[in-house]
Amino acid sequence: MTEAYIYDALRSPRGRGRPDGALHEVTAVALGSQMLDAILARSDLPGNGIEDVIWGNATQAFEQGGCLARTTVLASDLDESVPGLSINRFCASGLEAVNLAANQIRGGAGEAYIAGGIECMSRVAMGSDGAAVAVDPTVAMAHHFVPQGISADLIATKFGFSRADVDGYAVASQQRAAQAWAEGRFDRSVIPVTDINGLTILDHDEAMRPGTDMAALGALRPAFQDIGEAMPGFDRVALLKYPGLERIAHVHHAGNSSGIVDGAAAMLIGSKAFGEAHGLTPRARIRATARIGSDPTIMLTGPVPATERVLKAAGMAIGDIDLFEVNEAFSSVVLRFMQAFDVDHGRVNVCGGAIAMGHPLGASGAIILGTLLDELERSGKSTGLATLCVASGMGAATIIERL
Amino acid sequence: MTDFTMLTDAAGVATITWDVPGRSMNVLTLEGAEQLRRLFETALEDRAVRGIVITSGKDSFAGGMDLSVLATMQAEGPEATFEGIMAMHRLLRLIERAGMDPKTLKGGKAVAAALPGTALGIGLELPLACHRIFAADRPDAKIGLPEIQVGLFPGAGGTTRLVRKLGVMGASPFLLQGKLSDPKAAQAAGLIDAVVADPLAAARDWVLQAAEGDLVKPWDARGYKVPGGAPYSPQGFPTFVGANAMIAGQTWGAYPAPKALLSAVYEGLMVPFDTALKIEARWFTHVLMDPSASAMIRSLFLDKEALEKGANRPALPEARVRQLGVLGAGMMGAGIALVAARAGIAVTLIDQDQGAADKGKAYTQAYLEKGVKLGKTSEAQMQEVLDRITATTDYAALSQADLVIEAVFEDPKVKAEVTARACAVLGPEATFASNTSTLPISELARASTDPARFIGIHFFSPVEKMALVEIIRGKDTGDAAVARALDFVRQIRKTPIVVNDARFFYANRCIIPYLNEGARMVTEGISPALVEHAARMLGFPVGPLQLIDETSITLALKIAGATKAAMGAAYPADLAAVDALMERMAGEGRLGRKAGAGFYDYDARGKRQGLWSGLVPEGKGRPDPDLHEVQHRLMFVQVLEAVRALEEGVLLDVREGDVGAILGWGFAPWSGGPFSWLDLLGTPFAAETCDRLEAAHGPRFACPALLREKARRGGRFRTAMAEAAA
Repeated sequence: MTEAYIYDALRSPRGRGRPDGALHEVTAVALGSQMLDAILARSDLPGNGIEDVIWGNATQAFEQGGCLARTTVLASDLDESVPGLSINRFCASGLEAVNLAANQIRGGAGEAYIAGGIECMSRVAMGSDGAAVAVDPTVAMAHHFVPQGISADLIATKFGFSRADVDGYAVASQQRAAQAWAEGRFDRSVIPVTDINGLTILDHDEAMRPGTDMAALGALRPAFQDIGEAMPGFDRVALLKYPGLERIAHVHHAGNSSGIVDGAAAMLIGSKAFGEAHGLTPRARIRATARIGSDPTIMLTGPVPATERVLKAAGMAIGDIDLFEVNEAFSSVVLRFMQAFDVDHGRVNVCGGAIAMGHPLGASGAIILGTLLDELERSGKSTGLATLCVASGMGAATIIERL
Repeated sequence: MTDFTMLTDAAGVATITWDVPGRSMNVLTLEGAEQLRRLFETALEDRAVRGIVITSGKDSFAGGMDLSVLATMQAEGPEATFEGIMAMHRLLRLIERAGMDPKTLKGGKAVAAALPGTALGIGLELPLACHRIFAADRPDAKIGLPEIQVGLFPGAGGTTRLVRKLGVMGASPFLLQGKLSDPKAAQAAGLIDAVVADPLAAARDWVLQAAEGDLVKPWDARGYKVPGGAPYSPQGFPTFVGANAMIAGQTWGAYPAPKALLSAVYEGLMVPFDTALKIEARWFTHVLMDPSASAMIRSLFLDKEALEKGANRPALPEARVRQLGVLGAGMMGAGIALVAARAGIAVTLIDQDQGAADKGKAYTQAYLEKGVKLGKTSEAQMQEVLDRITATTDYAALSQADLVIEAVFEDPKVKAEVTARACAVLGPEATFASNTSTLPISELARASTDPARFIGIHFFSPVEKMALVEIIRGKDTGDAAVARALDFVRQIRKTPIVVNDARFFYANRCIIPYLNEGARMVTEGISPALVEHAARMLGFPVGPLQLIDETSITLALKIAGATKAAMGAAYPADLAAVDALMERMAGEGRLGRKAGAGFYDYDARGKRQGLWSGLVPEGKGRPDPDLHEVQHRLMFVQVLEAVRALEEGVLLDVREGDVGAILGWGFAPWSGGPFSWLDLLGTPFAAETCDRLEAAHGPRFACPALLREKARRGGRFRTAMAEAAA
């Protein structure tokens, strides 16, 4: 079987996902095409040097609709002969794009892909593409749909994470992210976003709050208590699925949940022959990929079965993994992951994560995989696993090995 | 039979009058619908007709669909049902368009509905298809769509039209709760257009002067947008997300009809009106085919009505109560006095001292004052009711009473004393009743001068709210006493069941094991939350632990003590753990809600907080069983008591068993009652489940011979809805 390798990984800085965020003025097409152009430039590839662009994107509406991947290809330095494929696995879209590209290569369908994702959350609001899962009674009622925040609180309740636990995790994320930036650990990957004149618009992750401490987080009100307990009462819906719990403890808030940001990321994935043809050195091998479905009500526990599945696919055990990137959608998601596998926080999200730096939905999978690769190289370790929880009860995971 | 007639006057107004012969209220049959269609087509074709008015020849407009139509449709299957519903849509759409060109929206004749009074179900759906609705100014008239209460939803366009008229939020109380309004409230809510002294005259005037634009329904006009937004509009999206959660939360997911209703609304709002009607018909068909809907219609409508009309009344002359005596002015006595006085009966309310008797009467005053405050009762009406109640200590005041009900302390001695005192002054035709909930009627009857005239009339608490009355026939109770009790229950507009005398009669016989099973599961280490949620998800209004708190641990211990004394060695050994838990709780002062602590904690105002953390021993160390296991235990433990009551001849009619369970203790209404539920499960599966539960949990789940016999032949306890309707 042909192996798939990562030749390059890069990302944009993440801008606050609000009208006053630095990237709010940048279109999805401009942000995305800058990533594609940077990949081409850094590897000195011709415009027709790849098979396809696979682009993850969670809210495919408005400027992100109409197959943004194709639109972005047309706006980039790539040839029109490269098509472009938009995919949606919500928060894991970026990782799924990489996995798809890798598996295409392994299956012999082309020698190289650019895979990644984008989400301009300040410009295209989450949920603005509609979602039958939340409103169609044949699904929403039958499968006990609740918003993600309720699911995150349900995880905390069911698996016993207190407010102090989830806040403590968030403080650590901020501290680690601040340290990682201070030490320049993201230097290789972060590509500043520029305007049409080449002027820099943003060159750092804008949403971080490095001074965050327990006292500051302790002052925040739980964000999902009202929709849970009062109108329209999502807690009851969750309890219909988990009747053994008396009530949901609401512990999550803006400070221990992932930030809403704008951002994009891209990777160059190719076969060994591709690298040889273009004189490129592979950085890591994509060892195994996995995707799973799980209970849509608790929704965000997918990293556990996804990890079990990807380990099985790789023929590995949890102890074989040196470093983990588990997307910080909410504190409880990562706490549950560490609890389920009994892995030490010292091996998980060592550069901080989405709680500190933000979670541009469709891009995050490619971002954390890139961070994992950078960190394996920096620390001289060899094997890493990246995984994300996914809306509607899904999960995705990837194992990479540094060469 | 001619249900509809038409007369056209000189001004060109065709008045179609609905007047079903031999019925006090109109109901729609297929034949009636066909008559209406023909008359309407004639009016449309007749050039002399300028406008059409649809009204009723009765003092109400209509009570709804003839349930036998639904029963027949249900029996004929989904295809016939769908076609039948679509035919109804075509008729109502014919009325709504009234000859208008659907493209240009030109032409057509004005159609108005004139409602002389109550308009329910199809009785409102038909007017909703007209261009204007005029209702008489009668505060006693009820207007609305109550279908959801019998397990259906408005399926003759009422759902689709009301949502398009009022928006999802505006329509939801009428569709989802079946809220009924008086004409003024209905007008304020936008259900109808005008409340007038003479709706027929107003409707005639209106059709003669209506402009072309008045005939175009908003949903037929170009550029129509549903108020509050369609599902995928920025405004509508959160509404629909919330609606799913609210319905699931309010119904605990137990009822099929609200889900189907919301699907019809959601899917219907994304397509044109006529397609939406088709979708509504598909979902209505789906719900009508759900066994839960037929069971609910059968028990909550057909059976309930039959029992109220005296299905099991001895064939004796009417024995209405003009004067009622109530002994004991505590909560039950005061409640009985209230409902009787409101029904026009003169009440003598007796207690040991005048203060207590007055306090009992004050209960009625407080109740009525609330009605006055809400504008539902006038001061004069309140005074009239209060004047009917005489609060006294004097037993001589009972001499003219037709019926005396004692509601004194649950102590045979006290009861015997008041019985003797009352019997001393009662006339030879008077009936004496005990409101006991636990003591055997045949024994209490010994204190009476004539046990044939002694009967049990068991009210549920609170009397003014609970619809069921359990009539207990003692060993010597005569037919005349039964007839009298049934006539009295009819007067106070409650639903009676008649059972024979045995420990705890029918209702409490089934409730007590339900409470015990809940407590027993806690002693086994099962999460109390799972026990409570399992019950709520079965459609019970309160979980067993909450119910114990409401009725108090003191009462639970008292019942256990009395049962032990009565049964001796036969007292079930498997109750020991339950009794021990109750004693432990009593020992810690956790006596229930009134004590401020029980299975739940309560705040200072008596508001329930959460389950008591001391209930489950630390580290119980075993995972909870499957939800269905808990639910089966809670259901079977009650249902098997019902079957045994039937076997033993305590219960004589399965209809009474089903209706009594739903109205008496809120037994899973979606199931149609305990016997309907066994049929829903299928008796063979029910018997197998009993065997499994017996093996796992003990002899209380042993399959009764009657159920075993039914299971062997694949038999049922209940007949099909179509037979019940016939």
